[in-house]
Amino acid sequence: MTKLNTLFIGLSAGMLAVAPWIINAAPYESTMGLVQKVFYFHFPSAILFLVAASICGVSSGLFLFFKKPKADGWALAAAELGLVFGAVTLVTGPLWARKAWGVWWVWDPRLTSSLLLWMIFSAYLLLRKYGGPGSDKLGAGMALFGMINVPFIYVSVNVWRTLHPQTSVVPTLPTDMGIPLWFCFAAFTMLFVTLLNLRARLEHQRARVEALYLAEDEA
Amino acid sequence: MGSFFRVAWHVMRKDLTVEVRSKEVLLTTLFFAVSVVLVFSFAIVREGRAPDDVAAGILWVAVSFSGTLAMGRTFERERYNDTLRALLLAPTDRPAIYTGKLLGLLILLALVEMVLVPLVGLLFTAPILAYPGRLAALLALGTLGFAAVGTLFAAMLVRVRSRDTLLPVLLYPVTIPVMIAGVRGTAALFQAVPDEAMAQFWIGLLVFWDAIFVTLALWTFEPVMTE
Repeated sequence: MTKLNTLFIGLSAGMLAVAPWIINAAPYESTMGLVQKVFYFHFPSAILFLVAASICGVSSGLFLFFKKPKADGWALAAAELGLVFGAVTLVTGPLWARKAWGVWWVWDPRLTSSLLLWMIFSAYLLLRKYGGPGSDKLGAGMALFGMINVPFIYVSVNVWRTLHPQTSVVPTLPTDMGIPLWFCFAAFTMLFVTLLNLRARLEHQRARVEALYLAEDEA
Repeated sequence: MGSFFRVAWHVMRKDLTVEVRSKEVLLTTLFFAVSVVLVFSFAIVREGRAPDDVAAGILWVAVSFSGTLAMGRTFERERYNDTLRALLLAPTDRPAIYTGKLLGLLILLALVEMVLVPLVGLLFTAPILAYPGRLAALLALGTLGFAAVGTLFAAMLVRVRSRDTLLPVLLYPVTIPVMIAGVRGTAALFQAVPDEAMAQFWIGLLVFWDAIFVTLALWTFEPVMTE
């Protein structure tokens, strides 16, 4: 496990280090020019943001309904990563929007629901940090409500007429833009998987130490 | 199934009986809601006139703020007297207890809204009687969605130390879809040329969110409340 993590971290670090050259070599988009290139980071982090929300919700469900104690560690790790990748999404989006739409932010369904999901994760982590004993269960309940937003965010651009580009953009990209996009996507995904692994393991170990400590106290 | 509704009915009646005797939550929530409307009036009224199209927003802000207060208070009473444990120990379906608490809260909030809506209509010249059915549907469905999540969250937070600050922190991000639908639907009815079709669309969306929120809350109440 440790070897695999090291391999993934090394690979993603190497790929992210050469990513600027690959993105630079990609052709300029005709209407937006240079600023379109932020998309190569925006798309992977946005997808992983939604993946994190789904992992957090599903693990919380397993923890709550099937009493799987380890699932809670995964949920917490996914929530923290969701906050990070969500922040990347919410920062890179406006950078692009300023050039493409002329404003940093508009209240269209995709942007609003993404911001909401990010707020739900922040609230979840506040609860986990300041909720005290029992907050793992309460957080799991909260995460389930957060997960509802994921399909909503994904389809929002296709259901409503919004400013945000539709989901059909990515599959129809020309190859010379598709290659850097999927390259960055692979790098981000490996980073995500490794961090998720490490954070969940840390949480499992913390829970184990706590259990041992309590057992010691009782003895 | 019959016992489910009987338990819910008893829990609701218990809450309302306590409330009728003390009137604590109703009066404080009502006064708070009126204060919120007044604070907003002072914040936005210029030269004796309120800007157009603010009535719907103010109405819903007042509903959600005072609703949060009412939720916190009803469960604070259970915690203070240590009656929530007794309630949960009752040999019955947990979701029935949740439903009873939710119904009690909904009746309380309906009473608050009966004062709030005429007040907003009066102060911001909103045409509240133009479409009474649609407006009532928007308020009822919006309050249901908001209170469904709120009752669950307030119940889970009973044992948490910083519950007073955590309740709004958890509740608002989750229930904002309901708020948006409520505000936009109400605004469609209040605008100079009311847009009935638009209000109908938002009512539909409220039904959708309510169904999700109520189902999920009924489903999670049991495991979340198990110690």
